[in-house]
Amino acid sequence: MPWTNAADAAAALRSVGYLPDDRTAQVAFLAERLSKPILAEGPAGVGKTALALAVAAATGHRLVRLQCYEGLDEAKALYEWNYHKQLLRLQTDEGRRWDELEGDIFTEDFLLTRPLLEAIRSPEPVVLLIDEVDRVEVETEALLLEVLDAFQVTIPELGTMTAATRPFVVLTSNNTRELSEALKRRCLFLHVDYPSVERERAILLSRVEGLSEELAARIAEVVRSIRRVAVRKAPSVSESIDWARTLLALAVDHVDGAITADTLHVLLKYQTDIDKVTRELELTPSGEG
Amino acid sequence: MLSALTEFSAELRAAGIPVSMVEVMDAGDALRHVDLGDREGVRAALAATMVKNARHQRAFDTAFDVFFGLRSAPGAGEQENGTGGAGPPAAGGAGGGGELDELLDALVGALSAGDTERLRDLVRHAVDRLSGFQAGRPVGGRYYLYRVMHRLDAERLRRRLLEVALADAGEDDLAARLAAERASDQIDRLRREVQEEILRRLVEDRGVEAVARTLRVPLVEDIDLMHATREELDEITARVMPLARKLASRLAARRRHGRKGRLDVRRTIRRSLAHGGALVDPKWRPRRITKPELVLLCDVSGSMATFARFTMQLTYAIGHQFSNVRAFAFIDGIDEVTEFFGPGTDFTEAMGRMSAEARLVRRDGHSDYGSALNGFASRYPDAVTPRSTVIVTGDARNNYRETGSEVVAAIADRARTLHWLNPEAARYWDTGDSIMATYAPLCDGVHEVRTLRQLEAFVERIALAPRSARQVRRLT
Repeated sequence: MPWTNAADAAAALRSVGYLPDDRTAQVAFLAERLSKPILAEGPAGVGKTALALAVAAATGHRLVRLQCYEGLDEAKALYEWNYHKQLLRLQTDEGRRWDELEGDIFTEDFLLTRPLLEAIRSPEPVVLLIDEVDRVEVETEALLLEVLDAFQVTIPELGTMTAATRPFVVLTSNNTRELSEALKRRCLFLHVDYPSVERERAILLSRVEGLSEELAARIAEVVRSIRRVAVRKAPSVSESIDWARTLLALAVDHVDGAITADTLHVLLKYQTDIDKVTRELELTPSGEG
Repeated sequence: MLSALTEFSAELRAAGIPVSMVEVMDAGDALRHVDLGDREGVRAALAATMVKNARHQRAFDTAFDVFFGLRSAPGAGEQENGTGGAGPPAAGGAGGGGELDELLDALVGALSAGDTERLRDLVRHAVDRLSGFQAGRPVGGRYYLYRVMHRLDAERLRRRLLEVALADAGEDDLAARLAAERASDQIDRLRREVQEEILRRLVEDRGVEAVARTLRVPLVEDIDLMHATREELDEITARVMPLARKLASRLAARRRHGRKGRLDVRRTIRRSLAHGGALVDPKWRPRRITKPELVLLCDVSGSMATFARFTMQLTYAIGHQFSNVRAFAFIDGIDEVTEFFGPGTDFTEAMGRMSAEARLVRRDGHSDYGSALNGFASRYPDAVTPRSTVIVTGDARNNYRETGSEVVAAIADRARTLHWLNPEAARYWDTGDSIMATYAPLCDGVHEVRTLRQLEAFVERIALAPRSARQVRRLT
């Protein structure tokens, strides 16, 4: 960093093994330029989280990760006072006056920083990944607003802490619920979808060693074809990488119907999906054919 | 640039995409860092700042193509006379059959090779020759698109592309299928290019605003579910799953909220021993969990065909999210269909099983709410419990038969809440054989659900109206 344009950003990301499409590169570039968070939304396993990891790797900055879940609260996302330590401190100091003590126990020594505060307080720039933000309740989302807006955190006892350097923020969402307008307004929106055949082929080639061009192209096409069948859980990019590795381990050099049918369980995680794809793509497992 | 941006955002709003002031300003900011000559770059920058919902992407793209789509046509001057550098080889004749064949050959070549530049040249030429474009004629782009694709004989083109694709592929079935998909993709690609070219000419001819207005299509969430086309239904279907998830989590929400019940004195004191007796770590008794239940009664008669498919889709989606669901389908008879749509099933299969195995028709196959509801009451007396949320979907068009309203009243009394979703416009309720008014006072809520947006609003609202609210309403 700093990148001069989208192509530059793309090249940087590519150099660490993440192959962005044009849109992703443009958004990453703008996010850096405008100091705005990226909200990456899309199905599971298309590389939303990987984008943040790649940005961190490409820029050499530390990655701070906040994994969201239902019930995440301030104490787990922002900061918490270390009660136990405070208590011990009070006990060792018995006999001292309260106003002396109060100043003592609400200092940074007793502060447990959680990811958001950690990202803000970090002296060197960081990449902040807020993963699966759609999992937290709407009320908790509000917690993020101050951080994303002004990159600051207010702690009543200590005052407001402002980020020394603006972190590069990536939020990911699997779109299980609509995020609040307020949150969306603060972000650059990036819809990440399954890659095109060409891009998936390139991803496979870069991630799986020893894969031939031809096989990679074939795998990408078959996977795309499977994604078109209305299955419950379409194969993600990581699953197609797994599949490529499997095929490689089996020393397959040509993907035909039988081999696909035999290894379908690597790509699909539900038996109904496997049955459906076998039927719709008219695959015959080698045992029966 | 700024005025173009304001106009563009006005168009987006007119198309139904909410764009705030701040977002327009962000877009302006973003454009300062982007090479304005790079059309796709500009598109990405504007989309990232102004469109915050993947559903709106298509409407955005259409608007963008109209506003910023005028890619400077190479050799615009030459196009006036229809020939020129852009044409295919030996494009001299006046539209004879031989020339069309050559054009087809060239298109097949360009598509198979993925040569965008050449493809665009050819498309320009094809539109010149085949669209019969007339300046000032107020027809939409769709008409020209149809004409061009028809005269290019898309089907034959697809077969030829398939031949090329097959020649590359191996022998087995899978290869054949992949080749067929590749060919269809290439035809889609061609269609998109032709469409874009026609759009460009329309804008040149009639101006941005007029074209934008004619091209405005309703967003997915505003499509009438009763009259949706096949394509639109697919798009709607894709939205149903997240919605069902939301509905399920709304219904379960009460369980999670107020996880903390009353103070558990015993455990709190026990914990305090670790801190020298200070009560720093209070423990709470867990709330008793009431498991919410969902009972769906779906009218799947002929008048409801499209909507029924949609409601069953919703049922299916909910069934995968939520364990306590019982689904019943009815026409003039009623049958439980829960197991068809439960976890581990496939939707298309479930629909097939429902029509083959479930006994929904007892007499003539026309809606009969009275018979269906009475059947429900007698055969499944324990389906509805005080914990149940009951949702009935139907148009309440009863063919002047018995209403069965006493059953509805009994359900309403027993269930926690009863909601009725009607896919007809509210102004048609109680006209003809619709007897919505008979049921309405018995329900906690009657909702017009003609679009996905309305369904979403319902899901938002279902946040479990307290039981007392209904009792008050009944008295009045």
